[in-house]
Amino acid sequence: MRIKLTINKKKRVYEGAPFKRLIDVLRENYELTGTKEGCGEGECGACTVLVDGDPVNSCLIPVAQMNGRRIETVESLGTPKSLHRLQESFLREGGAQCGICTPGMLMSAWAWISRGGSARPSEIRRALAGNLCRCTGYQHIVNSVIKIIKERKRESRTK
Amino acid sequence: MPAAGTNIWRREGPEKLCGTARYIDDYTFPGCLFGVTYRSSIARGLIKKIVFDPKFSWDEFTVVTAKDIPGVNRVVLIENDQPLLADVKITHPLEPIVLVAHSQRHKAYEALSHIRAEFMEQPPVLTIEESLALKETLYSMDNAFKKLLIERGSVESAMAQADFVVEGEYRVPHQEQAYIENNGIAAYFEKDGSLVVMGSMQCPYYVHKALKAVFKLSDHRIRVIQTTTGGGFGGKEDYPSMIAGHAGLLALKSGRPVKIIYDRHEDMAATTKRHPAIVRHKTGVAKDGRLLAQDIEVIMDGGAYATLSPVVLSRGALHATGPYECPNVRVRSVCMITNTPPNGAFRGFGAPQTLFAAELHMEKIASVIGMDSVELRRKNVFKLGAVTATGQILRESVGAREVLERTLKRSRYAQKRKEYSRWNKNKRHSTWRGMGIALVHHGAGFTGSGEVYLASRAGVSLTQEGTVKVLTASTEIGQGTNTIFAQIVSHALDLPQTMVEIEMPDTSLVPDSGPTVASRTCMVVGGLIERAALEMKEAVVRAAGEFPRTKKGLARAAAKILNGAPFRAFIVQYKKPDEIEWNDHAYSGDAYGVFSYGCVAVDLEVDRATYEVRLRRLTTVQDIGRAINSKLAEGQMIGGITQALGYALWENPVYQNGFMQNSQLTNYIIPTAMDTPPMDVEIVEKPYSHGPWGAKGVGELPMDIPGPAVAAAIGHATGLWMTELPILPEKICRKINAN
Amino acid sequence: MRGAPDSIYFLQPSSLEKALQAYGENPDSLVLAGGTDLMVAWNAGLLNNKKVLDISLIREIRGVRALKKGVLIGALTAHADIQRNAAVRRHFPLIQTACSVVGGLQIQNKGTLGGNIANASPAGDTFPVLAVYEAIVRLISRQGRRALAFMDFFEGVKKTRLLPAELIESVEIPYSRKGARRLFRKVGTRAAQAISKTVAAGLLWVGQDGTVEELRFALGSMASTVRRLVKAEKFIKGKKLHRDAVEEACRLLKDDVDPIDDVRSTREYRLQISQNILRSFLSEANYYENP
Repeated sequence: MRIKLTINKKKRVYEGAPFKRLIDVLRENYELTGTKEGCGEGECGACTVLVDGDPVNSCLIPVAQMNGRRIETVESLGTPKSLHRLQESFLREGGAQCGICTPGMLMSAWAWISRGGSARPSEIRRALAGNLCRCTGYQHIVNSVIKIIKERKRESRTK
Repeated sequence: MPAAGTNIWRREGPEKLCGTARYIDDYTFPGCLFGVTYRSSIARGLIKKIVFDPKFSWDEFTVVTAKDIPGVNRVVLIENDQPLLADVKITHPLEPIVLVAHSQRHKAYEALSHIRAEFMEQPPVLTIEESLALKETLYSMDNAFKKLLIERGSVESAMAQADFVVEGEYRVPHQEQAYIENNGIAAYFEKDGSLVVMGSMQCPYYVHKALKAVFKLSDHRIRVIQTTTGGGFGGKEDYPSMIAGHAGLLALKSGRPVKIIYDRHEDMAATTKRHPAIVRHKTGVAKDGRLLAQDIEVIMDGGAYATLSPVVLSRGALHATGPYECPNVRVRSVCMITNTPPNGAFRGFGAPQTLFAAELHMEKIASVIGMDSVELRRKNVFKLGAVTATGQILRESVGAREVLERTLKRSRYAQKRKEYSRWNKNKRHSTWRGMGIALVHHGAGFTGSGEVYLASRAGVSLTQEGTVKVLTASTEIGQGTNTIFAQIVSHALDLPQTMVEIEMPDTSLVPDSGPTVASRTCMVVGGLIERAALEMKEAVVRAAGEFPRTKKGLARAAAKILNGAPFRAFIVQYKKPDEIEWNDHAYSGDAYGVFSYGCVAVDLEVDRATYEVRLRRLTTVQDIGRAINSKLAEGQMIGGITQALGYALWENPVYQNGFMQNSQLTNYIIPTAMDTPPMDVEIVEKPYSHGPWGAKGVGELPMDIPGPAVAAAIGHATGLWMTELPILPEKICRKINAN
Repeated sequence: MRGAPDSIYFLQPSSLEKALQAYGENPDSLVLAGGTDLMVAWNAGLLNNKKVLDISLIREIRGVRALKKGVLIGALTAHADIQRNAAVRRHFPLIQTACSVVGGLQIQNKGTLGGNIANASPAGDTFPVLAVYEAIVRLISRQGRRALAFMDFFEGVKKTRLLPAELIESVEIPYSRKGARRLFRKVGTRAAQAISKTVAAGLLWVGQDGTVEELRFALGSMASTVRRLVKAEKFIKGKKLHRDAVEEACRLLKDDVDPIDDVRSTREYRLQISQNILRSFLSEANYYENP
């Protein structure tokens, strides 16, 4: 099966089994190994990517459902030499420890931030509730997100 | 500005945040096969035969059984009783029997359905009670893997003179580490016949040692490399040795690289858990609240093989008194065998079990003798110069009282207790509210003479190019090893931390600095590299007159001491501080070099309609000597507390016939961001003279504290005395209905 | 990952008509919508060598439409889209709330209402709400259309009254009388991303004089399918919400449910807290006994 999709702004044509999972296509066909598998049942959120801007679990999606869709993975944010501001905020605030939940967490957080989500801790916690983290206890992650939302608000005011 | 004590950013953070850090499943190897494991479907019995479906085409598969093991069929650790692959006897559910590999994952899994082992079943022993009752005799004469006795003074006579004798029984269940990266290992053989193993692990040299025995290879023919590891918490202390053996066997037989990555179900159902325990206290107390005698019994469930149980039991027993001084103590402890998957290491390593009992029992004592539990703690808490149950004199760095007082103050404990007691009287409120507190100690480093036996080696090297490298096998598993090591060395050398590199945790490149466990990485191994850095500094100063602060300067200085070699390593070995003494036979003396101390106050509410517990706020103050990096230390504290909140309220492995029934993240409930309360954290610094820059351990301490605080808070809220974790709403409901 | 991608016989019709055709010809297919449940089974290798009919591309049955007598939610509307819909938010707040507690956002973005209903888990979070709003499930096959009352749709655990090769087309939710006291309460295994131990929805109309005009109350995770509290509803009608009447209604709750012990909870707990929830819903003011 031929599936046309956009991954991190690049147009791709996937040819192969329609029932390959999106996570496997990203990792194996396009070497985007930033997306991680933690449970394979949509529970931990480590495999979270954005499809047309919405966070979804890439372990629960057969690639055949992605024709014409826009996919963003952690690789769409920044690089170690040039971090995205959200990644830098995680670094500054201690939002990443072992790092395995981090890519998925970042994508959920980025969906929240880029849609104008509020800086209230309780709402951020709800937005991140589909991403399990066993290291941080979430507080530093929530703080990382709050900082960015507040920064963006300040910027939009001064603009 | 010194490098230690500053919040520099996590060293490997950028790669983790960008998805470029490589975990084992992110590696590809040309021609790689994927390995899977066929496991026993019974808890106990004998293997009659293994049938491979004759209609299935096995040509494309590599199949390994115990017969294929060139060396010893054992996972070498302490007792060496656990086979790598069961050949005759089955001792627990899901014991590995056959390994299969194929180039496609799903094919390998498919093959498992074409293997059928036939068993002669024997009656299993599934619980501590059945094991104690000798339902079947499985190990030695009494089913006990290990017994330990700690004695101080005379418990009997002191108990007889006590004004009050307070008894209590406390229970804690299994707990799953639930790192988000499942276990995974890759193995391949080099052309010269040496074995390379890469993967997710805490202790590369444990794996190294285990593989030597399995493959009959010498030290330098085995190379173990830790890849970026997505959490361990103890769960990747010993089990990677098993998987590495399996991957190696498949690689040996197939002649190709082999990767074994567990899926979540297999990881949860088959690998290690925290030891369940029953702890009984009988305490003699004077009217004024002084503890006169503590008689404590600790019984743990070790699972089917000894693995790490003897040392888990030891740490549990050594912490069983709580951070309190009592002149007469007896701790009788035993770890029993059961036909369940072996229990192993999990952050806290026995201490969360016994400290839950110790701290909750303080609440009970307080209520029996009619004293405020905070007062009771103040009266008995460890002070400078106090003597522990093993006769250890606390010579320095005792912050127990301070963390207690700071926590009470920050949390407004006393005011809130009063406020909530009033709140709870109003029957129109839809919740009951409660405040609870707990105070614990945690010994850093290996127990007793453990560090002496380990004789860890670690160091730093100086290269021709003027680079300083840290050489240890202590792994970064999320806790910040790389970052604090760079800070310790840069502090010792007064170099910018960016000039310090961390060598890969590869056994061919780094010395054996011991396992990454027991809150020892910062305090013990950090101490070694600090010493090594100072030795390096001295050598450079001797040769060059000063210690240069630039890379060029260091390169010039290096030329003077390298004599043409590419680098020089300064390796030091652990030296026991003279004042530390331990008697293994009497189980007395200095159990640990030093203790860290922590206190937690929990503010929670219980829904009156559903008995769900909502955590409103949590306050913690911890004495960790000095914080090398307070942001990372806070990360350890908040993260460890969150795992312990899971232990206290939600995490409940359910077993049937020895098989875990909820081996999925859907039904094994760890806290989400919405379950976790906002936390207020303070670090108290009571520097330890033998820790680098005064640091003590912080990794495990937070795991010990919340359990009893949560139980106490629920007690305050509801008036119910909950002595068994996790405190599920179902248990609260049952208790309410029973009342 | 135990699923074998190559082993799946995959059908992906692009319109409703083609889907009905394909399903008619392959009635043994498993229907794939949002995939949040089916793909879990796939990852466990349980779908290998099976036929899958992916209906996710069908546009006709996605989206919420306001009707004169209610709203019509297309079977393929994701839980996230339902929450965002203005008509749902205005007229059916309980549906919005229920959709917001289905898994995490990732699941809400992908999982569909029709898929959830067809999956017929006893723990479906929206089910008690659809039960008290007295929703109608509209079905379609090559043979034509028919409709079932929501409560009649389920037959048992993971069993429905869908005929071979029949799909859910939409769910119709009729407006109900204004002025109801409302309740939605999910009690899960944790605060979020959880499966229900019990899930409750209620609508209550009380007259000016304090007598109950109508009670609708439904519970999920309390039996093999979602249950309306037929007996309690009937009993309380025409009565004032005095303590004895409320207690009797709570007692009658047991007659319409039959919860079990499982890895997530116990029968005892499920019954007790369902009664507590009903009690506090019916009571004019909260009143709780201390243990």
